[in-house]
Amino acid sequence: MSGAGLALPAVPTRGQRAWRRYGLAGIGAAIVLGWLLVALLAPWIAPYDPDFVDVANRLRPPSAAHLLGTDALGRDCFSRLLWGSRVSLLAGFAVVLLGALFGTLVGMVAAYARGWVDEALMRLTDLVLCFPPIILALAIAAALGIGTTNTVIAMLVVWWPKFARLSRALALVQRGQEYVEAAVVLGLRPARILGRHIAPNAVGPLVVLVTLDVGNAIITFAGLSFLGLGVVPPTAEWGAMVAEGRELVEQWWVATFPGLAILTVVLGFNFLGDGLRDWLDPKARSR
Amino acid sequence: MTAPPVLEVPVLEVQDLRTVFLTDAGPVRAVDGVSFRLGAGETLGIVGESGSGKSVTALSLLRLLEEPARIVGGQMRFQGRDLLAMRPEELQALRGDRMAMVFQDPMTGLNPVIRILRQLTEHMVSHGHHTPAAAKHRAITLLGRMGITTPERTVTGFPHEFSGGMRQRVMLAMGFANDPALLVADEPTTALDVTIQAQILDLLRGLNRDFGTAILLISHDLGVIGSVCARVAVMYAGEVVEEAATEAVLADPRHPYAWALVNAVPRIDQPLGAERRLTSIEGAPPDALDLPTGCRFAPRCPFRIARCETQHPPLAEVAPGRLARCWVTQAGAVLPKPGGTGFAEPGAERVRPEAAAPLLSVRGLVKHFPLPRETLFSPRRVVHAVNGVDLEVARGETLGIVGESGCGKSTLARLITRIHTPTAGSIRFDGQEIAGASAAAIRPLRRRMQMVFQDPYASLNPRMRIGDTLAEPLVAHGLLRRGAEARERVAELLSTVGLNPAWAARFPHEFSGGQRQRISIARALALQPDLVVADEPISALDVNIQAQILNLMLNLQERFGLTYLFIAHDLAVVRHLCDRVMVLYLGQVMESARSADLFARPLHPYTRVLISAVPVPDVGAQRGRQRVVLQGEPPGTLVLPTGCPFRSRCPIARPVCETPPPLAEHTPGRWAACHFPGEFDPGSSQALPSAQARAESPA
Repeated sequence: MSGAGLALPAVPTRGQRAWRRYGLAGIGAAIVLGWLLVALLAPWIAPYDPDFVDVANRLRPPSAAHLLGTDALGRDCFSRLLWGSRVSLLAGFAVVLLGALFGTLVGMVAAYARGWVDEALMRLTDLVLCFPPIILALAIAAALGIGTTNTVIAMLVVWWPKFARLSRALALVQRGQEYVEAAVVLGLRPARILGRHIAPNAVGPLVVLVTLDVGNAIITFAGLSFLGLGVVPPTAEWGAMVAEGRELVEQWWVATFPGLAILTVVLGFNFLGDGLRDWLDPKARSR
Repeated sequence: MTAPPVLEVPVLEVQDLRTVFLTDAGPVRAVDGVSFRLGAGETLGIVGESGSGKSVTALSLLRLLEEPARIVGGQMRFQGRDLLAMRPEELQALRGDRMAMVFQDPMTGLNPVIRILRQLTEHMVSHGHHTPAAAKHRAITLLGRMGITTPERTVTGFPHEFSGGMRQRVMLAMGFANDPALLVADEPTTALDVTIQAQILDLLRGLNRDFGTAILLISHDLGVIGSVCARVAVMYAGEVVEEAATEAVLADPRHPYAWALVNAVPRIDQPLGAERRLTSIEGAPPDALDLPTGCRFAPRCPFRIARCETQHPPLAEVAPGRLARCWVTQAGAVLPKPGGTGFAEPGAERVRPEAAAPLLSVRGLVKHFPLPRETLFSPRRVVHAVNGVDLEVARGETLGIVGESGCGKSTLARLITRIHTPTAGSIRFDGQEIAGASAAAIRPLRRRMQMVFQDPYASLNPRMRIGDTLAEPLVAHGLLRRGAEARERVAELLSTVGLNPAWAARFPHEFSGGQRQRISIARALALQPDLVVADEPISALDVNIQAQILNLMLNLQERFGLTYLFIAHDLAVVRHLCDRVMVLYLGQVMESARSADLFARPLHPYTRVLISAVPVPDVGAQRGRQRVVLQGEPPGTLVLPTGCPFRSRCPIARPVCETPPPLAEHTPGRWAACHFPGEFDPGSSQALPSAQARAESPA
């Protein structure tokens, strides 16, 4: 009799749970890993030299010889796409990792020192955050001149404040924990308390932000390239490739495939970042 | 909608209830064959340590469990109706109507964006008992009955305007709104201060008496159960191991686990002896995935016989009306009275050598925390955490500091250890002034002054192996180098606190709360300090683990000649451990005296009230004991009251109390800050009505 009242939904199997938990993150990781491999192996898998100009074969549609067709100068779009992944990924990683490193240092020092140090560093952060990031990066990149390195530097200037903000908040939470108080009572030096006790425990959400942000940085870099500030021609880069194809409506392949490349890599990093966030969040994990 | 209760039908009848958690590792049998009966108007307590299945039992009763928990067997009848056969709508109609519940955390039980009145009346109206107007009237009456003054004004407020104690009263009012037949209360006072706990327990007793509501009270504290419930069920590893009248269990437990629970807590109503070690049982509860075939308590049981290892004992009658799940007592054996170890004959006081110069001497210590300005031009508000504290601790002595939450005792600990910098005052540690010293100047002194923290889960760095945690201070102070030397010392420290030296490579999450607290103590001992400041070191632990940690602290004090500054809210523990006691209220010292004197005859009315609020795990003694339930709650610390800080709640306050009483020495070693020291005697009852008239003001 009581058995009827006990009808409960079936417990999901191990496989169902794993898919629910890691499915999208796994897809994201696969995409990111795929693009990393492509970037690494581009010189060997690209069928043509990406900068080889063949005006006779300009604007050819995708075919067996040119998988993704050719552009206005007759360069092989497929080879350029593969080579372009190197610039895009490298720029994305460089901006986010260096920005995160600098921003985290600023944020953690501010959180630990409090007082006027905190005040000064955070107002500096606010100052940068006051400007629309793309406009500021544009202005700096324009002032520094065209080139991958200069664009990355320009992006770094606008990139670190969010990491400073987040890491300060994270470090403040850890700072109030009893094990940090214990470290103070044990007479450890501030640098050690920051490096050994606060930073390792605050790093989880930062890893998530870094992962989510690589996609963001790739888009921004491509955007700057699209506007003609990123790479020095004829270097293959996705944003610049989209720019080259933007008026070629008939020759849709020139702009479409680099655009799709940007889309997939950004999507991949977002899936991976979301998965990491769920995985690091103990509340979401217990589900 | 509800059948009128027939007299013979019990309010609640649970038979062989089994609840499992379906985990990846296999089914965990959280509740494994629990049976009990609760008649109309009866009170039953369920007691056990964390993980014993007591809360899961409560949630099973209310059918509030979610996946992966599942009720797999047994029967639960509420007023004769099968709870397991009910549809969700039927259960919904039952909950909050015939069957009410109150949970531990009053802070999350109320919806923060809905006014109290609507939360109170909502289910009165929706269960169809009252019209909105009648419900409002009833809500106000109920709040008044729950001890809230000016309920007409209170109901229009939002939950954040109330303190924890007030919210628990609101939760109780919600529970009682529809005149339930049964109230299930899961640790309703655990999050509250001792004076507020006494108020709520008083209220529960009164509600049971006046409305005839049956109460199922779940708690880890036998004192709490003893002060409300006539019967108690002791749970261990998902089973009821003993069920009997509370009084009988407390006086003469018939299951060794109940015996251990009763004797693990120091008792405020028993004489102290020279030997202060408490009865504690070693080991941990069994792994719920791999339960022993015999008695589940056998591996830890000091009285086990051969049969216990192989055969699982049934819950059987050992005396009229007394059930126990134990082969030993079922065979007629009697468990020994404690007293040989925990409590020696009165008068055998510990003698402490009087040191010439105190190790720690604090004068006029003040700490104010400025709050951020609300607007640019508003005046900065200040939390007055510590307001002029003087204290001295002699070498080898234990000074206890007690008070309710918010009295500044934790801040005081953090000032003495210089985690915080004092606003004013002096701290002399072994003759050296450290109140204003820079962090670098204090660093060499840190070796001699260590701290043990409250929360064993927060006080260890989760990303460091405990071997590294223990070696770190030694290396940082240049006492030894990393490598073999450090490993050796770490192993030595671990065995000092009773842990396996081979565990140095583990991370904190691999340890239980009690083990973590041992690691915390080992870390404090690593630098061989003179003074250890312990901030509520046992309040987050189960009673048996508390006893283990207290015994460890006593052993270490003897072995290393440690001086303790012991901060706690549990007066029985303080009385048990400390040579001298200081009572704090609003950051000021109310009374300071030798422990024995202070507990024998408190001079300050606040001290007397605190002592009287301790729930005593003995129904008989409780009955004879004069209880003083203090009304109201401590005022806020943003604006300090003028005159005596306790004046607003004091049962004997008089006009002269508008001038602040100095902390004066009344007899040698006995200090009290009161104009009428020792005058408050709860025997003369005229004191209480005046307190009630003052009652509490809304926060």
